[in-house]
Amino acid sequence: MSAATIINLPDQSTARIPKMNFLTKENGLLSWLLTGDHKRIATLYLISITFFFFIGGALAGLIRLELLTPQTDLMAADTYNKVFTMHGVIMVFFFLVPSVPATIGNFLIPMMVGARDLALPKVNLLSWYLYVIAGCMAIYTMAAGGVDTGWTFTTPLSTHYLNTHVISTGLAIFVAGFSSIFTGLNFIVTIHKMRCPGMTWFRLPLFVWSNYAASILMVLGTPVLAITLVLVVLERSLHIGVFDPAYGGDPILFQHLFWFYSHPAVYIMILPGMGVISEVVSTFSRKRVFGYTAVAFSSVAIAVFGFFVWAHHMFIMGISNYAALVFSLLTMLVAVPSAIKIFNWAFTLYKGSITFETPMLYAFGFMGLFTIGGMTGVFLGATGTDIHLTETYFIVAHFHFVMVGGMLMAFLSGIHFWWPKWTGRMYPEKISQLAAIVTFIGFNFTFFPQFILGTLGMPRRYAAYPPEFQALNVFSTAGATILGVGYLLPILYLTWSLKYGEIAGNNPWQATGLEWQTQSPPLTENFPVIPIMDHEAYDYDWLEKQEQKEVASVG
Amino acid sequence: MSDSSVTAGGAVADAHHEHPPYQRHHFESVDQQFDATNFAMWLFLLTEIMFFGGLFTAYLIMRNWYYPAFVEASHQLNIGWGTANTGVLIVSSFTMAMGVWSAEMRKKGLLILFLSLTFILGLAFLGIKSIEYSEKWEKHHVPGLNWSDASFLNPASDPEVHKLYPQDKPLAPDMASKTEMYFFLYFAMTGMHALHMIIGISILGFMLVRARAGAYTTGHVTYVENFGLYWHFVDIVWIFLFPLLYLISRY
Amino acid sequence: MDHISPVLWQFLVKWLTHFALFPPEASKIAPEMDALYFFMALVSLVGLTLVILLVLGFSILYNKNRHPKAIQIEGSTILEATWTIIPLGLFLIMFVWGALLYFRIYTPPANAMNIYVVGKQWMWKVEHPGGQHEINALHVPTGRAVQLTLISQDVFHSFSIPAFRVKREAIPGRYSTVWFEATTPGTYHLFCTQYCGTNHSQMIGDVVVMTPDDFKKWLDGSTSGNSLAQDGERLFASLSCNACHNTRPDARGPSLANVYDSRLTLSTGETVTADDAYLRQAILNPSQHTIQGYAPIMPTYQGQVSEEGVIALVEYIKNLDSDYRVQQTLNTTDLVPEGQAGKAPTAGQKPAAQKGVKP
Repeated sequence: MSAATIINLPDQSTARIPKMNFLTKENGLLSWLLTGDHKRIATLYLISITFFFFIGGALAGLIRLELLTPQTDLMAADTYNKVFTMHGVIMVFFFLVPSVPATIGNFLIPMMVGARDLALPKVNLLSWYLYVIAGCMAIYTMAAGGVDTGWTFTTPLSTHYLNTHVISTGLAIFVAGFSSIFTGLNFIVTIHKMRCPGMTWFRLPLFVWSNYAASILMVLGTPVLAITLVLVVLERSLHIGVFDPAYGGDPILFQHLFWFYSHPAVYIMILPGMGVISEVVSTFSRKRVFGYTAVAFSSVAIAVFGFFVWAHHMFIMGISNYAALVFSLLTMLVAVPSAIKIFNWAFTLYKGSITFETPMLYAFGFMGLFTIGGMTGVFLGATGTDIHLTETYFIVAHFHFVMVGGMLMAFLSGIHFWWPKWTGRMYPEKISQLAAIVTFIGFNFTFFPQFILGTLGMPRRYAAYPPEFQALNVFSTAGATILGVGYLLPILYLTWSLKYGEIAGNNPWQATGLEWQTQSPPLTENFPVIPIMDHEAYDYDWLEKQEQKEVASVG
Repeated sequence: MSDSSVTAGGAVADAHHEHPPYQRHHFESVDQQFDATNFAMWLFLLTEIMFFGGLFTAYLIMRNWYYPAFVEASHQLNIGWGTANTGVLIVSSFTMAMGVWSAEMRKKGLLILFLSLTFILGLAFLGIKSIEYSEKWEKHHVPGLNWSDASFLNPASDPEVHKLYPQDKPLAPDMASKTEMYFFLYFAMTGMHALHMIIGISILGFMLVRARAGAYTTGHVTYVENFGLYWHFVDIVWIFLFPLLYLISRY
Repeated sequence: MDHISPVLWQFLVKWLTHFALFPPEASKIAPEMDALYFFMALVSLVGLTLVILLVLGFSILYNKNRHPKAIQIEGSTILEATWTIIPLGLFLIMFVWGALLYFRIYTPPANAMNIYVVGKQWMWKVEHPGGQHEINALHVPTGRAVQLTLISQDVFHSFSIPAFRVKREAIPGRYSTVWFEATTPGTYHLFCTQYCGTNHSQMIGDVVVMTPDDFKKWLDGSTSGNSLAQDGERLFASLSCNACHNTRPDARGPSLANVYDSRLTLSTGETVTADDAYLRQAILNPSQHTIQGYAPIMPTYQGQVSEEGVIALVEYIKNLDSDYRVQQTLNTTDLVPEGQAGKAPTAGQKPAAQKGVKP
C-alpha cells in the first residue's frame, strides 16, 4: 500500500483545540451527570459500554480457556454455564444493542440532521441512567453468584428448574430495554421533526436512515421482550405459569414471545453498523454511496421484514411444518436487502479515489466478514440444513461473524472515523491500522474453525466435548488470544491520543456531512446558526467549492 | 474556521433570544417543540400497545385452550364493580379532555377543577380495584400466594357467585387448576394497568401543583395535552380489559 | 515419498484422514443434506470471492495514487436489479430444496418402526417397544425406517445425531417425532443440543447401528422380559383403568379396542385422530378430550404416571387391535372382584410365550 491519504490536518505548530466546546462548556461532575447535551450523554455511554464490553470479553476469554481441553477441568460445569450466560447477556444487552446508536448515534444524529440536540434531551439522559441502573443490576447478579439460563432464558428451565439469579437478570434486562426504547423514540422524533430547512429525507446521510430503521425496531420490538420478562419473573416468584406445561402453560409460547423481540434485536444491532459503513466507504473513496436510494430503502426493508421471521429460531422445536415453510421463505426475503447493501458499497469503490486509513480497513473487514456471516445465515434459514446445523457451533460461528466480524468492526470503524470530531484529536494511524489487521486475523482464527465444529456436530453451550473436537477448539482459542490483543490496542492508543494526539481540525477526512462543517470538538449547541441544507448528501463537488471558498476568503 | 462555512448557504435569522420562556433551547420554534413532543407521546403510546400486546396474546391463547375454566373463573369477578370502574374511567377521560380545553382557553380555574376531578376519579378507580383485590384475597383466589380451587371444584361452596350463575357446573380437577391461570393473567393485566394508573395519578398530582402556579395557562399546552393522550390511552386499555376479563360468557 | 520424512508423513496421513469437515454419512438422508450444504457452501464461496474481488480489485484500480479524482456515479438500476434478483433466486432455490428435506425428515413414513425416547435432566431414556431399555444409547438396524417419538420429562432437550443429520427437540408436555433410515453399521455420537442445565454437556451417548441380524440378536439379548405393551397392560390394571374402559355395554368409558389411529368425535363436536399425542392428552388432561356421549368424569393422571408410564400405556392401547387381546385384557375385571382390580390381575393369566409386539 502506498502512503496515499486524505488526512488533512491543520498546521500542528499553530493549531489548538477550540477553547469553547462541549467538553469545556461546563465543569464539574454534576454538569456531566445532569447534562442534557447529547454529546456528553454519548460520551457517558461510550465509557459505560466500553466497561461492559471488557467484562463480556473477559467472560469470553474464560469460555475459550475452558474449551482448550475436552474435559470440564478449568471450572465446574455450573460455573461454565454461568460464564456463557453472562457473556451473552452482557454482550447482547449491554454492549451490542446500545453500541452504535447510544454512542455514535447520540453524538451525531442531531448534527447530521442539522439540529441543536435530540428532541427530548431529558429522556436521553434518563435513557443513560436506566442503562447504568440495569448495568448495576447485572453486576449485582454476577457478584451474587450469577445466572445460568443461557441468554435466551428458555422456559421451563429458567422458570422452574434453576436456583440462580434469574429474577434480577430478567429485571436488569427489562430496565435496559427501556433505555433502548427511549433512545429509539428520541431518534425517530428527532429525525421526523427536527431536520433543518432543506434537509429532505433523501438528503439525509445513510447513517441516519440506518439508525431510523433500527429505532423503529427498538421502539416496537423491545416492549414485547419487556412483558415476556415480566411474565417469567412473575412465574418464577409465584410458581404458576403460562410457560410451564406442568401447570397447563406452553413453553413454546415463551419461545414465540421471546424471539419476536430477539430476532428484530439482531437487526437493531447490525443496522446502525451498516450506517457507519456507508459513511466510511463514501468518505474514503470520495464518492457518493452507489445507489443511495436502494441502500436507504433496504435499511427500512430489513426493519420491516425483520419482524416477520422470528420463528426461524424455532424450526426444530415442534412448530408445524407449514409454519416453518412460511418463516423460511420470509427469512430468504430478509437476506436480500443485506446483499444489496454489500454490493452497493462495493460499487461505491468503482471509479472512486480510495485510501486505506483505519476506518476503511475496518469497513473492508466488515464487508468480507459480514458476507460470510450473512451467507451462513442462509444455511440456517433453509429448514433442511437448519436441522443439522442448529444448536451447534455453526450457529455460534454465524452470529459471531455477523455481530463481531460485522457489528463490532463497524463500531470500531465508526469510533476511529469520528474520534477526531469527538475529541478534537487524531488517533495514531500506524498502530491503529496494525490493530485493525490483528483484529481481522484473530477473528478469523477464532471463529472460522467453529463453522467446521458445528458442521461436525459439536453442540453449543457444552463445557466438555468429545476429544476429536479438540484440535479445532485449540485453534479457536489461539485465535481468541490474538483477537484480545486486537481489542486491547485501541483502548491504549485512543486513551493516549486524548493527550498526545495531533490536533484534528474541523474536517481531517475532508468528508461531507454537516457534522464535519463544525469545529472539533463541537460546540454544545452544535451550530451557532441552524444550517440550511442546499445540497445532496455526499456531495463532494459541493465540498470542493466550500474549500475553494475558504481558501479564497483566508487569502 | 468554525462557523462561517455553515452559513454559506444563507443564514436563518437567529430567533434564539426571542422565544417564549417555555420553549426549550434546542427547538427552533414553539410549533416545532409542540409537534415533536406530541409525536413522541404518540410513539411512546405505540410502545405501550406492544407492551400490553404481549400480555393480551398470552391471555387470548390460554382462554382459547381452557375456555370452561376461564368462563367460570370470570364469574368470580363482580360485574357491578367492573362497570363502575369503566364508567369512572370514561368520565375521567372526559374531565381530562375538558382540562386540555381549559388549558387551551387559558382558564386556570377550570383547568385546576378538571385536573382535580380527573385525579379524584383516578383514585376512585384504584379504590374500587383495591376492593376487588381484597375480595380475591379473602376468597383465596390469589395465585401462588393463597390459591384454592375449591370454588371451582364445588361451585355450591361459594353461595354468592353460585346464586348468580347456577348453571356453572363443578369443574374436573385438571380444568379447575386452570382457573389459577386465569387469575394469574387477571392480576398481571389489571395490575400492569393499575401501575400505569398510579403513574398517571402521580403525574396529575405534580401537574396540579404546576397548574396552580400558572404554568399551563400561558399558551403552553404541550404538557397537559400530551398527558391527556397518556390518560386516554390508559382508559382505552381498560376498555379492552373489561370485556376480555369480565364479560367472557356474555356476548 | 522418500523425500518426505516418515514423521511428517505419519502426521499428514493422520491429519487428512482424521480431520474431517463433515460427520460420517450414516443415514439415507445424510448425503442429500450434504448435497444441499455443499451447494450452499459453493454459492457462498462464489459470492464471497465475488465480493472480495470487487473490493480488492476496485481498491487497486482506483487507489488514490492511481485515480486521484473520483467520478460521482448515482447508481444503476440494472445492477440493483441484478444483485437483487440473482441472490433472491439462489436463496429461493435453497429454500425449496431445504423445505423438501425438512418435510422428508419430519414426516415419518407409515411403516416406520417406532422407538420412544424420554429426555430428562441429564440422560436419555430409550424405550424399544419390545421392552429393551437403554440409557444414553440407541441401537437401530440398517435398512429400516426408524421413527423416534420424543418427549421430555422436565425442560427442553434436543436429540441430535449428527451422523444421521437429524435433530429434534424433546418438548415437555407433548410428543415430537423424527425419523431416519440408517445405512452404515458403526457407533456414532448422540448429543443433547438444547441447553438444559448443569450437566447438559454430559447428556451424550452413542447411537449403535447394526445389521438387521445383529440387531435382532441384540434385541433378544437385551429385553427386560416385558414388552412396553405388557408394561402398559400392568399399569392399566394397577390404575384400574378397566373399571371404566372395558367392553361391557354399560361401561362408563369408551372401549379402547382398535381405538389407535381411529377418528373420534369429541364432546365439543370436533373430530380428532387418536394418535400418540391424543392418547397422552386423554390420560393427562381428560376433561378437555372427552368423547361425545360420555360424561367428563375421567380423573386426570397427571403426577401419577411418569412419561415412561404414559408411553407404556400408549403402546398397550396401540396393540389392542385384535379381539383376542381385547378379550384377554380389557375384560379381566370379570375375573376379579372390583375391589381387587388393582392387584396385578394379569399375572399368570396369559401364556408366558405371549409377546406384546413384534420388534
